Amino acid sequence: MKKLLVLFILAAFVSVLYPLYSSFHGSTGLTEVSQFYASKENIEKVNSQNLVTAVVVTYRGLDTLGEVTILFLTAAIIAFFLKKESDKRTLRKNSEIFKTAAKLLIPIITMLGIYIFINGHLTPGGGFQGGAVIASAVILMFLAFPNMEFSHKFFESLESVSGLVYVGLAAFGAILGLGFLDNAILPLGKFGELFSAGAIPVIYSFVGLKVGAELSNILHKFKSVQADN
Amino acid sequence: MEYITITTGFLIILAGLWAIMTRKNLIRIIIGFSLFDTGIHIVMVSMAFVKGGVAPILDKKELLTDTAHKIVDPVPQALVLTAIVIGLGVTALMLAYAMRLHQEKKSLDIESFKDLKW
Repeated sequence: MKKLLVLFILAAFVSVLYPLYSSFHGSTGLTEVSQFYASKENIEKVNSQNLVTAVVVTYRGLDTLGEVTILFLTAAIIAFFLKKESDKRTLRKNSEIFKTAAKLLIPIITMLGIYIFINGHLTPGGGFQGGAVIASAVILMFLAFPNMEFSHKFFESLESVSGLVYVGLAAFGAILGLGFLDNAILPLGKFGELFSAGAIPVIYSFVGLKVGAELSNILHKFKSVQADN
Repeated sequence: MEYITITTGFLIILAGLWAIMTRKNLIRIIIGFSLFDTGIHIVMVSMAFVKGGVAPILDKKELLTDTAHKIVDPVPQALVLTAIVIGLGVTALMLAYAMRLHQEKKSLDIESFKDLKW
């Protein structure tokens, strides 16, 4: 009976999705909005080599601000739910190889994360991806050295300062009369170089720091409530 | 090529829905939600694919002239980037709830939570 119900719901879902699938014939060109973004004068106006970054940070910058807010809200709700610090856990001792490898890898992974968000306007990548890579270095640290002190204050203030700078840079464009989140508040530079695209690399670096700090805080919360049962 | 990716995407959506409805373990249900998410992302990205287009990163001189006819659509890719981050937040939140439930009942089986069942 239950299996039949599941099958029925799946079949209903397929019948909803099938028209979508059968009407798909592969797109042959860009939509009108994308053509506007990819036109020559607009590329020169934003001066970012990576068009996806130009869309995310400049044209749809307000969406990104909302996205960062949602991530902040997630971290806040998780901090609210998992606040009970548990007793000391009995942990197995880590092997020497693991600890040495972690010591070697953590700085390299952090550096890769920073590279990814600084070059977000030139290569595939950006603030969110770089922040996630930095958080992966933090989780390796948690696994290798579980008894190490985690400075909650530092990560929380890093996150708040990055968020404030992001909103401040966005508002600065509005004060100068260019528009909220306009990237032309800094010199645009030469196309395809590190110092180009105006404020995009600065904004994306702060987004990266904010996301990295936030995910590290979430991971620490998950770690700190675990207890032996 | 785009047919392979869009079919895979729809199949992953269905697999996620099946996992949400039939699995008993909370962690597996959360994995089902994650699969559902990923399937939708794959469908969106494959709808943005344009035949013969390259990634919208203009690192070659010849891409700068007549750009609109040489690249794939950048807007759905930006939307998927947003969707991935939201999905990450939702997954983290669901895992936090699962941990809290496990603290209460010492079990991850969905059958052991009957408080709201009539």
